[in-house]
Amino acid sequence: MSRARAVFAVLLPGIGSAVAVTVYVILLLAVESQAAIAALLVAGVIVVLAAARFGGMARIGRSFAERENAMNLVIVLAVLAVTGFFYEDHFVLLLMATVIIYVIACLGLNLQFGYAGTLNFAGAAFFGVGCYTAAVLTKHTAMPHLLILVAGGVMAAVIGSLLILPVLRTRSHYSAVVTIAFALLFKIFLEVNDTLGGPQGLPVDGMNVLGWEFNDNIEIGEDFEVAFYVNYIVVGLIVLALAFTFVRRLERSWVGLNLDALRLDETAAACFGLNITRWKITAFTLGNFLTGVAGALYAMMLGFIAPTNFTFGDSLILVSIILLGGIGNPWGLVVATTILIILPEKLQVIQEYRFLLFGAMVILILLFRPEGLLPRPLRTYLPGWQPK
Amino acid sequence: MTGAADGLLVSRDLSKRFGGLVAVDSLDMAVRPQEILGLIGPNGSGKTTFFNVVTGIYPTSGGVVEFDGKDITDFSPQAVYRAGIARTFQRSRLSLSLSVFDNVMVGNHMRLDQGLWFNLIARKDFKRQFEENFERARDLVKVFDPLLADRMFEAVGTFPMIDRRRIEICRALISRPKLLLLDEPSAGMTHDETKELMDDLLEIKGRLEDLTIIIIEHEMGVIERITDTCVVLNFGQKICEGPYQEVAEDKLVQEAYLGIQ
Repeated sequence: MSRARAVFAVLLPGIGSAVAVTVYVILLLAVESQAAIAALLVAGVIVVLAAARFGGMARIGRSFAERENAMNLVIVLAVLAVTGFFYEDHFVLLLMATVIIYVIACLGLNLQFGYAGTLNFAGAAFFGVGCYTAAVLTKHTAMPHLLILVAGGVMAAVIGSLLILPVLRTRSHYSAVVTIAFALLFKIFLEVNDTLGGPQGLPVDGMNVLGWEFNDNIEIGEDFEVAFYVNYIVVGLIVLALAFTFVRRLERSWVGLNLDALRLDETAAACFGLNITRWKITAFTLGNFLTGVAGALYAMMLGFIAPTNFTFGDSLILVSIILLGGIGNPWGLVVATTILIILPEKLQVIQEYRFLLFGAMVILILLFRPEGLLPRPLRTYLPGWQPK
Repeated sequence: MTGAADGLLVSRDLSKRFGGLVAVDSLDMAVRPQEILGLIGPNGSGKTTFFNVVTGIYPTSGGVVEFDGKDITDFSPQAVYRAGIARTFQRSRLSLSLSVFDNVMVGNHMRLDQGLWFNLIARKDFKRQFEENFERARDLVKVFDPLLADRMFEAVGTFPMIDRRRIEICRALISRPKLLLLDEPSAGMTHDETKELMDDLLEIKGRLEDLTIIIIEHEMGVIERITDTCVVLNFGQKICEGPYQEVAEDKLVQEAYLGIQ
């Protein structure tokens, strides 16, 4: 009995905060008046600051650290709860699915930048490769759609390998410049390429798994209809769970250690036998794969893609998500993506000044909290493991 | 010429030039197995460059390096490490944001399974390897400082200099190298700390009898206490060689290094 009580005591702050955040997010998404949204945001910031001030954050962190699986489940349930609340609201559900898909893409970038230290400013381009792969494959082949997700990832990884040589030959900032060049080239390439639709873009078929049409609203009974975006939220969550587990395990292994070691000091790492090239390529390729998978899913959800979806500005948003969330912390990405995607959509006033605000936010973060909103904790190889 | 043939590490006519500057100049040197050799000389005499050439960080400009009977001239740093040479750095190059255990494990790279399948999927096997290596690392750290061994999962940045030196030496020793290169381990430490670190080092040397050490040091007390033999460099050339007492008496050395008339 006392053991169960101890477990509950550890879990309580985590579950409590999850419930509070769920209610808060529902309120934020449901409210329409700009003044009410602004008030909610201010209240949210105050509560978070107060919680941090009085040790609440540390307790919540403990729940996540010590009862990881349980908390992961709680978060999934929270997302499903919000989904259920807005079951027929297309706008909100599209926003949620977008957040989920962006987190998957950012997990890929996080692997490259957060662990291996390769700053990739072409995130949106690799995301776009996944999108266009899905567009072409849904139109011209009968490939099963779940496989198309994989194909989008593989394609992004393959096209990414074009960049491997220049990225490996240059260091830090210079390799970032290589990726910037690629991001710009990619958009121009799409615009002049008529086979891929040119500036008008391409239509993409919705997902269809075993006859289940993802782009049809789900009808239950007579007059109960659920928006079709729920399909994508569910599949997105599954892909996200896989990607999240993958990145987590990678970090908590010798591979994660290798990546950290080479990011922090290449020379020292080489003196202890690390094959720098091998690990940089591994991280770059796996990262692009995840970003490409996210892109393929996104394209099938939107049903239509065009070069303007994959500008350099979009790549910058992905990078700022990582900076804001906490470099190397997957949970930080979830929080940062939610803020950066939902905020401008809800607070229409700032829509126009989106990039200005993102820029200001990145500068403020780098100045005052360079480790991000949720700083990355030290590596725990096996959660819950204690030395004997 | 001393018995170069039976040395563990032998350099023949080894040179390293940076443009017009000759940092290591036709150096002939041999380290006998199991000895502690002190590499001394004024600043800029080529000691660290010698380490960097041996460990493959710089390519040689001429000459040969042999290790354990094999030619390792211009091997990559990775290959030098696999051959059994590990080192520390003058300005401690630990990863301060990683834990003690992480840093030590970097040095254990060649003994860890690096396959993606093993690391991501076969987590039971990973756990076993992790636990084995945790014990190994902790036992090694314990020789230096039992208190440090209880703090294996704390960030290195939170430890004082002496502990960082200890961790760095553990990182070099965990893979059981045949030759350890120590680049000024006393840098940035007080006299007492240096003494403590040298006690630790001698204890380790007592346990690992096969270990051979080359140490670069400016503190003559350290050199006198722990080395079996010394090589003195000046402007990249070897000007003297022998036990510390002999070397300290040498006229050339006194002129070049100790600053006595």
